[in-house]
Amino acid sequence: MLDTAKTRWHPIAASYDLPFRHVFHGQLLGREFAVWRADDGYINVWENRCLHRGVRLSIGINDGRELKCQYHGWRYSNRTAGCTYIPAHPADAPARTITNRTFAAVERYGLVWSAEEPQGEVPELPGFAEGELLTLRGIAVNAPADAVAARLRSYRFQPTGQIDGSDAKVTVEAANDFSVALRAVEGSSTTLAVFFVQPVDSNRSVIRGVLEGRAEGAVRMAVLHHHNDRLSKLRDVVEREAVARPAPAPLEPVIERVSPELAEMPEETKHGRKATIRVEVARKWQAADGIAGFELRPIRGLLPTFQPGAHIDVHMPNGLIRQYSITNGPGESESYVIGVKLEKESKGGSICMHETLRQGDVLAISEPRNNFPLRRDAVKTIFIAGGIGITPLIAMAQALHNQNLAFDLHYFAQNEAQLAFPEKTSGLGGALKPHLGLTPEATGAKLREILANYQPGRHLYLCGPGPMLEAARNVATEAGWPEAAVHFEYFKNTNKIDDSSSFEVALARSCVTLKVPAGRTILDVMREAGVDMPSSCEQGACGTCLATVIEGEPDHQDVYLNDAERKSGTKIMTCVSRAKSARLVLDL
Amino acid sequence: MSKAALCSDRVLLNDWHVVADLTNLSSDEPFHTRLLGADLTIHSRGRYDKEVVRNDTGTLVKSTKRYGFLWACLGKPERDIVFVPEAEEGDRHLVTGGSIAVRVSGLRAVENFLDMGHFPFVHTGWLGDEPHTEVAPYKVELTAADELVATECQFYQPVASPTAKEGFIVDYVYKVIRPYTVALYKSNPVQKHRLDVITLFVQPVDEDNCVAHPFLCYLKEGIDEAGIRSFMQLIFAQDKPILENQVPKRLPLDPRAETPIRADAVAVLYRRWLRDKSVTYGAIPARM
Ligand code: FES
Ligand SMILES: [Fe+2]
Repeated sequence: MLDTAKTRWHPIAASYDLPFRHVFHGQLLGREFAVWRADDGYINVWENRCLHRGVRLSIGINDGRELKCQYHGWRYSNRTAGCTYIPAHPADAPARTITNRTFAAVERYGLVWSAEEPQGEVPELPGFAEGELLTLRGIAVNAPADAVAARLRSYRFQPTGQIDGSDAKVTVEAANDFSVALRAVEGSSTTLAVFFVQPVDSNRSVIRGVLEGRAEGAVRMAVLHHHNDRLSKLRDVVEREAVARPAPAPLEPVIERVSPELAEMPEETKHGRKATIRVEVARKWQAADGIAGFELRPIRGLLPTFQPGAHIDVHMPNGLIRQYSITNGPGESESYVIGVKLEKESKGGSICMHETLRQGDVLAISEPRNNFPLRRDAVKTIFIAGGIGITPLIAMAQALHNQNLAFDLHYFAQNEAQLAFPEKTSGLGGALKPHLGLTPEATGAKLREILANYQPGRHLYLCGPGPMLEAARNVATEAGWPEAAVHFEYFKNTNKIDDSSSFEVALARSCVTLKVPAGRTILDVMREAGVDMPSSCEQGACGTCLATVIEGEPDHQDVYLNDAERKSGTKIMTCVSRAKSARLVLDL
Repeated sequence: MSKAALCSDRVLLNDWHVVADLTNLSSDEPFHTRLLGADLTIHSRGRYDKEVVRNDTGTLVKSTKRYGFLWACLGKPERDIVFVPEAEEGDRHLVTGGSIAVRVSGLRAVENFLDMGHFPFVHTGWLGDEPHTEVAPYKVELTAADELVATECQFYQPVASPTAKEGFIVDYVYKVIRPYTVALYKSNPVQKHRLDVITLFVQPVDEDNCVAHPFLCYLKEGIDEAGIRSFMQLIFAQDKPILENQVPKRLPLDPRAETPIRADAVAVLYRRWLRDKSVTYGAIPARM
């Protein structure tokens, strides 16, 4: 019987077991679950085990958006169960594939239902309208489910309208191994009750009853009492019978192994410029003057886990590809929200987004990639955004806000109407500091004021137009900010790319040597030779196509690396940078 | 406790293990404990004479006293009890830190002892504090003496020791000496060039249970024994509920059972080292 039980839906909790920000410990057929409701209402049913060191997630912390493990503070996102942050390595973006196992969840009849490998639907109870029923308290029984279900057939109770009566006639309307439907009739009163038996383990069950009709106040209390009493007596009988029989061996659920790559703590997986996800434009609106907001929902399934700072490639109907930062706060995993500024000198990207794209259109996007990871071990974090540069920083600020970590978000814009996503930034309270209509000189002065007094433990994140970023980086250097504390993301590379050199590239791990002629990029030549290399912006701004240099002198033309990284000569952006030496050896 | 599986790992059977803190043994009453699945009774005749008997066979088990503990060996001892050189230094308090029973494999307890990443979350306000969560890279190596040593370990700690007045970055060295014995050396807050030493002798009660017996050799300056002991007990009391919620209770040696990160380098090596030594008791062996 228990072998078919895996494919059936069973109740694993009552709705009242999931109060605000609680994590409930559920169990079905020996498998433990961490069950929690996020603030957006979504119910998560997860394997009750942190992927890191196996600690039960049911003792973790539900912050309304993410579940945080108690042992080392790993954070897992609402819906996807993907790990979004590993505090021991604040500068890394965790591999997106560190994802806990999730199980289906349906809330119905005041119960939360799940199944290991669900087939079909949650049982349909004709006549039981949502809100027109009473969910009884669960009764735990130390006995096998079928024994409990068998006993329940002879359960006797009074109809709700005659709860104080004593001679209701009870008939079995339907029954199987895991449920029994009984009708009690006395006089003109009749109540249909359905009892589901949740198989917790081979020798443990929970009786979860649902009665038709609503009951309020004192009647409700009386009915709950009535069933509690009688079901407890039934439990005692079943348990007495159960101890007389040899106890079945406990079930041993199989816990899946993690992938071999994760076991080795790998580099991020490699892939080219692929648009693997199809989304629908669920909503398009004016997020600010000149900025359109887009909410992108998956056509099917769930969107992958994202981290603050991550961007996606959007493949537009006109064939262009553009990168946009995800603005979502932690746990907002139902859709991605991006902001697109209409560029005066648009080459067709932002025009297409603004003018062609409509609500209901379908787009292809890449998986989120995070080359602008947010550390969360700063004593204080300073964000500086210029114009549309606000988008990744909104996601970051919300993450810090959610964890009660100190930050300021300085937002430079022409005027109030240009401040994007007010519905998101308004939740940040006094940490949001708009600076409006400043001249370049006044902006410089403001930056000097903000960045004065560098103190250890502070980190700075910059995103905005090139000239402003340059200015802010210079001010930070003058004010004593170490390079390692200054993180930035350019929208685009405005450097004039000089691709006149020709040189040789040796790939150390693949044992091939390639010639890069003038006019072609390292990335191109490698791809042609069949080397899979991820990329995104292909103009040296986003950081996706980074490679490690083992030998040779790179000719940096990107805007992603900072000065120290450039000087070290150990990294190169293969989409735009080249070689000064005749030969480069890359760790690929 | 229910009946437990007996141990068949020679390295463990032929080694010495702590079975009791001497201060817990009274001459009036026998003391019951379990080692490697075998139930034991300790009889005290007077202050010095202790006798350890196996309940299943009624035979006498080899035992001896050292560092304030009673030790037992179920098989033929192949090597001496772990030598703690700092215990010979006169200017140190030698403190047994109270035996803490934990419902988890002792190997999990050893791994926890080697782990800095949990300080801000489990020992909040003492050994760590958010947002100072970074575990900087450190070195791990296998020594010629077949011990695992992790050096250059650094962590920011608000109250690193009973005498610390303010937070500072503490330097640690960890050493795994035997499968169930691990030591930690950290800079003394007063005499910064000398190290305080905590050796953790884990008693493998059975595969799913252990008793942690900390042995502390702390420089005396500015601190008393009671302070050391209560600090240690506070710290272990914080670890216990987390360890008891690890699933499974035994330590999986399959590299794909859990997800290591760089901060776990020493744990990764520890698991490999156990595998190489064919330690299976308290572990879930790797599938081939
Ligand atoms: S066990 Fe969950 S974070 Fe380490
Ligand atoms: Fe600890």
